[in-house]
Amino acid sequence: MSDRIEIRFAGFGGQGIALMGRLVGEVISLHEKGKQSVMTQSYGPESRGGASSCDVVIDTQVIDYPKSTEFDYFVVMSEEAYHKYVPLLKKGGIMFVEENLVTLDDQAKKASKIFKLPATAIAESLGSRLYANIAMLGFVCANTDLFSEEAFIQVMKAKVRARFIEKNLTAFEKGKNHK
Amino acid sequence: MSDNKENTPMVNTGEYFTSGNLAVAEGSLAAGCKFFGGYPITPSSEVAEHMSIKLPQTKGHFVQFEDEIASIASILGASWGGWKSMTATSGPGYSLMLENIGLGIMTETPCVIVNVQRGGPSTGLPTLVGQQDIQQARWGSHGDYEIIALSPNSVQECFDLAITAFNLAEEYRVPVTILMDETIGHMSEKLIIPEKEKIKIVNRKKPTNEADGHLPYKADEDLIPPMAVAGEGYNVITTGLTHDERGYPALDADAQKILLTRLLDKIRKNKDKIIKLEEYMLDDSEFVIVSFGISSRAAKGAVNLARKKGLKVGYLRLITVWPFPDEQINQIAEKVKAIFITEINSGQVTREVKRAVEGKTEVHGLLKLGGAIHTPAEIVEEIERRTK
Repeated sequence: MSDRIEIRFAGFGGQGIALMGRLVGEVISLHEKGKQSVMTQSYGPESRGGASSCDVVIDTQVIDYPKSTEFDYFVVMSEEAYHKYVPLLKKGGIMFVEENLVTLDDQAKKASKIFKLPATAIAESLGSRLYANIAMLGFVCANTDLFSEEAFIQVMKAKVRARFIEKNLTAFEKGKNHK
Repeated sequence: MSDNKENTPMVNTGEYFTSGNLAVAEGSLAAGCKFFGGYPITPSSEVAEHMSIKLPQTKGHFVQFEDEIASIASILGASWGGWKSMTATSGPGYSLMLENIGLGIMTETPCVIVNVQRGGPSTGLPTLVGQQDIQQARWGSHGDYEIIALSPNSVQECFDLAITAFNLAEEYRVPVTILMDETIGHMSEKLIIPEKEKIKIVNRKKPTNEADGHLPYKADEDLIPPMAVAGEGYNVITTGLTHDERGYPALDADAQKILLTRLLDKIRKNKDKIIKLEEYMLDDSEFVIVSFGISSRAAKGAVNLARKKGLKVGYLRLITVWPFPDEQINQIAEKVKAIFITEINSGQVTREVKRAVEGKTEVHGLLKLGGAIHTPAEIVEEIERRTK
């Protein structure tokens, strides 16, 4: 039996969308026993401001097709990305939404759960909106069984530049504790 | 230059979550690559970037040249200097390299060319996937020749096939192309780099006779001449002209026949050793999907999906694209109702499959023209539609 799970992260260039996928992909691939993951990303010349997305596919078996076709989880950080990708959300799927940047409409009704986080505001309270992606991942970690906090922090410490670690850890914590 | 101490491969044993482009670079280092000459181009640039960081740490050398023509020339020269050498590019750069790939074939120069394919022709789709350089890898340079081209479909295989590519280049004295694509190059998966001792490395044969009177193009029984490089005391001579065993130009039909027959046969007669295929669910299959590279990931997904629907679909993956597995495909054709090919081009492998099956079964190309990969569902839909 396949235990395939598809996650799409989406927002605009500059929010660190690809980093979200890379971190989650690595945590699952290298630290979650018995699970494999593949990360693919939209790739283009528009790095800032344009639409950006990436997929993480998780399975207990070898992953054949590396991209999402019907997301189980949709983590969305911009209005444009919401409208572009929400049709591909699985009925009964779970959404994580940057609540100040995305206005939901009827299409969101097919989600079984919608978690809302003011990720950018949390990040700005720490001095830069750059931490919004990690705050969102703290929120995802707390509300799903996708990956463990310990493994995530281990990977983040190895992947994120030393001078940004402290703030990112705080952002993760704040996202995790948000009710 | 050919100091053996400098030829120690760099192996970063361990588990990583990384991209195909970085994996192919790491595999090349593990194979003992000591020289990269290139001109960065999307979507292959990360290969050059990674080699520019890693080669100087291993007494290797990285040079960014003014263009791809100089880049390919440099890796041929580096190989004759005793270094395992490579370059990485994409379609437009590969086009520029083709003339000197022919020089590499004629001078029997071991080297590796990575082509991370994007959509073409011309500048085409710089940041998006394509598989349109398959026939170009086979026939792009002028004249008759046989070539080896490999096509990885995972991050792990980018690493593994980089080693295979260097080993084949060294064994058969021929430029080997690794046909990747944008999606494989940029996608991240787990990569396991084994311990150095577990990696099989092949090095070119060296002459053992007296340097005096050495014939640099006199082949052994295996049709491959031992290769001395500059500085080892042997006469080193290279020319793009048709040449005799001494390496001297010999511009007549007899010399041409002798040389070209050997250049063709050293690959043709070893096809069985060179060709690698992956089979999946083939035994009872009524329909077979032939695929390679990123398209094969969708094809395998389609096989799994089709089986759930009760369709007997199997899969054959070309790990080696060139030389082409004519016999293996011909044998499959005898047993199945139809063969489908998934590829991101207008039918380049489909054409080869049609040739190989000799009319024994139906052949359908399920083709995309670049910019996106197939989905398993659309492949299955297409198979259902065409087999009703």
